[in-house]
Amino acid sequence: MVQTDLIKDPHVLTGKLHWGVIPFHDPVVAPVMFAAILGGLLLVAFVTYKKLWGYLWNEWFTSVDHKKIGIMYCIVALVMLVRGFSDAILMRTHQALSTSDTFGEGYLPPEHYDQIFTAHGVIMIFFVATPLMVGIMNVIMPLQIGARDVAYPFLNSLSFYLFLVGALLVNISLFVGEFAAVGWLAYTPLSGIEYSPGVGVDYWIWALQISGIGTTLTAVNFVATILKMRAPGMTMMKMPVFTWTTFCANVIALVIFPILTVAIAQLTLDRYLDFNFFTNDDGGNQMMWVNLIWAWGHPEVYFLVLPAFGMISEVTATFSRKRLFGYVSLIWATIAIMLLSFLVWLHHFFTMGSGASVNAFFGIMTMIIGIPTGVKLYNWIFTMYKGRVELTASMWWVIAMLITFTVGGMTGVMLSIPANDFVLHNSMFVPAHFHNVIIGGAVYGYFAGFTYWFPKATGVKLNETLGKWSVGLWFFGYFFAWVPLYYTGFDGMTRRLQYIDNPEWQLPMYIALIGVVLIAAGIGTQVVNIAWSLYKRNDPQYKDVTGDPWDAHTLEWYTTSPPQFYNFGDVPHINDRDPLLDMKQKGIAYKRPEKYSRIHMPKNTWAGPVLGLLTLPMGFGFVWHIWWMVIASVAAIFACWVKLNFERDKDYYVEVPEVEEIEGKFLKSNEGRNYYFEKNAKYYKKWKPSDQNDSTVVAK
Amino acid sequence: MKKRLFQSTMLFSLALLLSGCDLALFDSSGVTGKEIGDTILLTMGLMLIVVIPTILMSIWIPYKYHSSKADESYDPEWEHSSKIEFFAWGVPVVIIVILATITYFTSYSLDPRKELASDKEPLTVQVVAMDWKWLFLYPEEKIAVVNEVAFPVDRPVEFLVTSQSTMNSFFIPKLGGQIYAMAGMENRMNLMGTEIGEYRGISANYSGFGFAGMRFKAKVTSEEDFGKWVESVKASGQVLTDAEYDRLIEKTRDHKVEYFSSIDPLQFKNIIESFIGAQNGSN
Repeated sequence: MVQTDLIKDPHVLTGKLHWGVIPFHDPVVAPVMFAAILGGLLLVAFVTYKKLWGYLWNEWFTSVDHKKIGIMYCIVALVMLVRGFSDAILMRTHQALSTSDTFGEGYLPPEHYDQIFTAHGVIMIFFVATPLMVGIMNVIMPLQIGARDVAYPFLNSLSFYLFLVGALLVNISLFVGEFAAVGWLAYTPLSGIEYSPGVGVDYWIWALQISGIGTTLTAVNFVATILKMRAPGMTMMKMPVFTWTTFCANVIALVIFPILTVAIAQLTLDRYLDFNFFTNDDGGNQMMWVNLIWAWGHPEVYFLVLPAFGMISEVTATFSRKRLFGYVSLIWATIAIMLLSFLVWLHHFFTMGSGASVNAFFGIMTMIIGIPTGVKLYNWIFTMYKGRVELTASMWWVIAMLITFTVGGMTGVMLSIPANDFVLHNSMFVPAHFHNVIIGGAVYGYFAGFTYWFPKATGVKLNETLGKWSVGLWFFGYFFAWVPLYYTGFDGMTRRLQYIDNPEWQLPMYIALIGVVLIAAGIGTQVVNIAWSLYKRNDPQYKDVTGDPWDAHTLEWYTTSPPQFYNFGDVPHINDRDPLLDMKQKGIAYKRPEKYSRIHMPKNTWAGPVLGLLTLPMGFGFVWHIWWMVIASVAAIFACWVKLNFERDKDYYVEVPEVEEIEGKFLKSNEGRNYYFEKNAKYYKKWKPSDQNDSTVVAK
Repeated sequence: MKKRLFQSTMLFSLALLLSGCDLALFDSSGVTGKEIGDTILLTMGLMLIVVIPTILMSIWIPYKYHSSKADESYDPEWEHSSKIEFFAWGVPVVIIVILATITYFTSYSLDPRKELASDKEPLTVQVVAMDWKWLFLYPEEKIAVVNEVAFPVDRPVEFLVTSQSTMNSFFIPKLGGQIYAMAGMENRMNLMGTEIGEYRGISANYSGFGFAGMRFKAKVTSEEDFGKWVESVKASGQVLTDAEYDRLIEKTRDHKVEYFSSIDPLQFKNIIESFIGAQNGSN
C-alpha cells in the first residue's frame, strides 16, 4: 500500500501526506470539514467585503495591548470550547448506544472513538481552560496592580500566537490525517513509534510542545509583571487576591512547563530518531514518562484552579458589599497549595507498584491540600456572612461553585487514599471526580470572573437573566451527567470504553446523556447572552458608562470600560487592600490629579503574529516529515528574529494634552456618583463621612 | 423548615447510596475488596460530616444575608475573626489528621503485595497482558489459559503481572485491587476470593483500540471444581509453543477463551527478559 510505504519512507516533497489522509468519506468528519471550510471562506469573504483586514491587522493581530490579547485568548477559548464539547456529546451519545458484547456497537469505531476522548482531554485542558484563564488574567491582572501593560508586551503577543498554533494543529488533525488515540497524557509505550506508528501522536507532540512554550513565556511575563510593575504603595500583602492567585499559578507554570517541554522532547527523540527513553526495549523506562508527565500534570490542575479561586474571591467580596474575610489566611492558603502541588504527582499511579510507604506519603500529601482548600471555602462563606449579598449572575456561579466543588473535593480525598484507589483508579469515578473539580471549581470560577469582568473588557454588561439560566443549566447538567458515572465507577466500570458489556450501565449512560444536553443548553445560553448583550451595547441597561458598574473595591474599576489603551491616566498611590474603596471613602476617587505626565507605551509589532504563526508550518512539517518545510520555517523564524532585534522604533509617548482630553471625559462620566458605602454610612465604624476630602491624604 | 427538608433529603439519598450495596465495590467477594469497600464508605462518611454542613452553609448564608433582607447585622468592614479562622483551619486539620491516620495504616494493610493470612499455601498465577487479551500461566499446574482464570475459594492467590506490549492494569473489581502490567517488569498482587462465582476481569488502563474487549472471566471455584477445571485445560492437548505464543502476540479483539495443556516452566521469566535492559523483577 502507498500509505505504509510513505510511513516508512516519506516522500521528499510531500512527506507522509497523500490524498487518503483526508477523510472525504467519513460520515461524521466529512460534513464537519465541509462546513468548516465553507464557514471559513464566508468569514474571509465577509472581512474582505467589509474591508476589515487593515483594521484587524493594526488594531488586533499586531497589538501588544494586554487587554486585546486577553480578549483574543478568550475568543479562541470559547470557539475551542464548542469543539471540545462536541467531542463530549459524541462520547456520551456513543456510550449510551454501545451496550454490547462485541465490537461494532454504537456508531463510532474504536479508531475514531479513542481519538475523540484524547482530543477532548487535550482541547479542554490546553485550549479551553488554559486560554480562558490566561485571557482573563491578561485583561485584568495588569489593571488590578495599576500597570500600563505586562512586563514584556511583545512576548505576550508571541505567547498568544504559539498557543494559537497549537490549537490550529489540533484542528488540522481532524481534517488532515488523524489525532492521537492514546489518552490525553499519551502514556508510553503506547504513544511510542512501535505501538502508534501514525501521525496522531506527532500532532499531539507538536500541538502541546508549541503551545506549552507559549505558556512558559506567559508565566515568565506575568511573574515579572507582578513582581516589578505594581502601583506605588501596593506591597505584596496589599495585592488583590486574584493577582495573588495569578502570581502563584504562574510560579507553578514556570516550574512545571519546562518539565513538559523536556518530556515531550524526549518522546520526540524516541519517535523521530529511534531513541529509547520510554520504550519497552533497550533500557527504556515507561515509568519515567508517567512520572514526568504527572510531575507536570498535577501541578497543572492547580495552575488552572488557583486563578479561579482568585476570581471567586473578588466576586464574593464585591457582591457581599464587604471586605474579603480572612485575606491573610487566603493568601497563605494559596501559597500552601502552590508548594504542596509539587509533592503529590504520584497519586495518579498508586497502582504502578511503588509500595506502601511511597503510596502512603503521596496519599497523605494529597489530602493535606484539602486543608488550605477547605480554608478558602470557609473564607468565601464568611465573606458573605454579615454582608448584603446581591445575587447577580456571577454570584450564582460562585454559589454553584461552592456546592459542586465541595463534592469534588470530597471525592478527591477519597481517591487520595491509596487503598481506595486500588479499586477506584481508572474507573469512571476518576473522570467523574476531575470533571467535578475542573467544571465545579475552575470553570465555574472562570465564568464567575468572565461575567464579572465582561463589562470591564468590553464596556457592556451581560444580561443577568440569561446568565442565571446558564448557571442553572450547567449546575443541574453537571450533576445529571456525572453522578451516574460516579455510580458506575463504584460498580467497576472503567474509563475510555468504546463499548460497554454490562447492560446494567445503560440507564446511567442515558441519564448522563440528559446531563450533557442540559450543559449544551447552558453553553448555548452563554453564546446567546454574549451576542445579545453586545448587540444591545448602547442600551443604557447594558452600557457601562462609569467604568465601575458594580461599585467595586479594586483598581481595575478605576478606569473606563473598556480601559484606555494606556490603562490609567494617573496611577494612584495605594494605601489599602481595597484601594478603590479607600479612594472613594477619602473622596479622591475619579478626581483630576494635580498634573498628568506623558505616558511611555510600547508600539504594535508585526513580529508576534509572524514569528508565532511561522511555527505552524514548522509543526506541520514535523508531523508529516516534510523536511524542506521544517527547514524553511526555522530559517524564516530565525531571519525574522534577527530583523526584530535590529529594530529600534519600538515605543512612543502619549503626550499630556491627549491624556487630559481622554481622562477629562472619563472623570466627567463619574461626577456626582453616589456610592454604595455612602448610602449605608451608618454601618461603617472605621470610616466617617467627615473623612472625605481629608487633605492630609494626597493622591500621589 | 426549608433547611430541615433539605437535610432530610440529603440523609435519605445518603442512605440510598449506602444501601446500594449490589455495587461491585461494596459487595465484594474478596477479602481485600471487602476491606477496601468499607474504607471507601468510612472515609466518605467521615467527610460528609464536614461536607454537608459546608454545602448547607453556602446555600443558607447567601439566603440569610441577601440584600433584600436588609439585615441589621451588616458589617462591611468586618474582615477578621480569630475564632472563625481557628475553626476554618481547625476543622479541616482534624478531619485530615483522622483520614491521614486511616491512610497510613490501610496503605500497609491493604497493599496488594502483602501476603494474605491463610493456613493454605498461596496459588501462583502468572499474568501477561497482550494486545488485547490476557494470558494466564499456572507454573505449578503447567497450564496456560487465555481470557479466563480460575482459583479455589478461600485460598490466597499470588498474581505475578507483566505485559507483552503496552501498559495495562490487571483488575477484578469484585475481588478488589488492581496492579499495572508493564513490559520487562514483574508486579505482584495478592487476592483471595471468599465466595464461589464468576466475576468480570478487565484491563483498567487504556492500551489501544482493542482495550474495551480486553476482558476475562475470573472463576472462584471450590477446591474440587478447581481440580476439574485444571483437568479440562490439560485435556485440550494444545501446547503453548513459541509459534503459538507468536500467534497470541498478534493484535486481536474480543479474543475467545483458549486452553493450553502444557507450557515451558520458564515462559514467564522469558517473556520478561525478552525485553533488552528490562528492569529486574522484584522477587
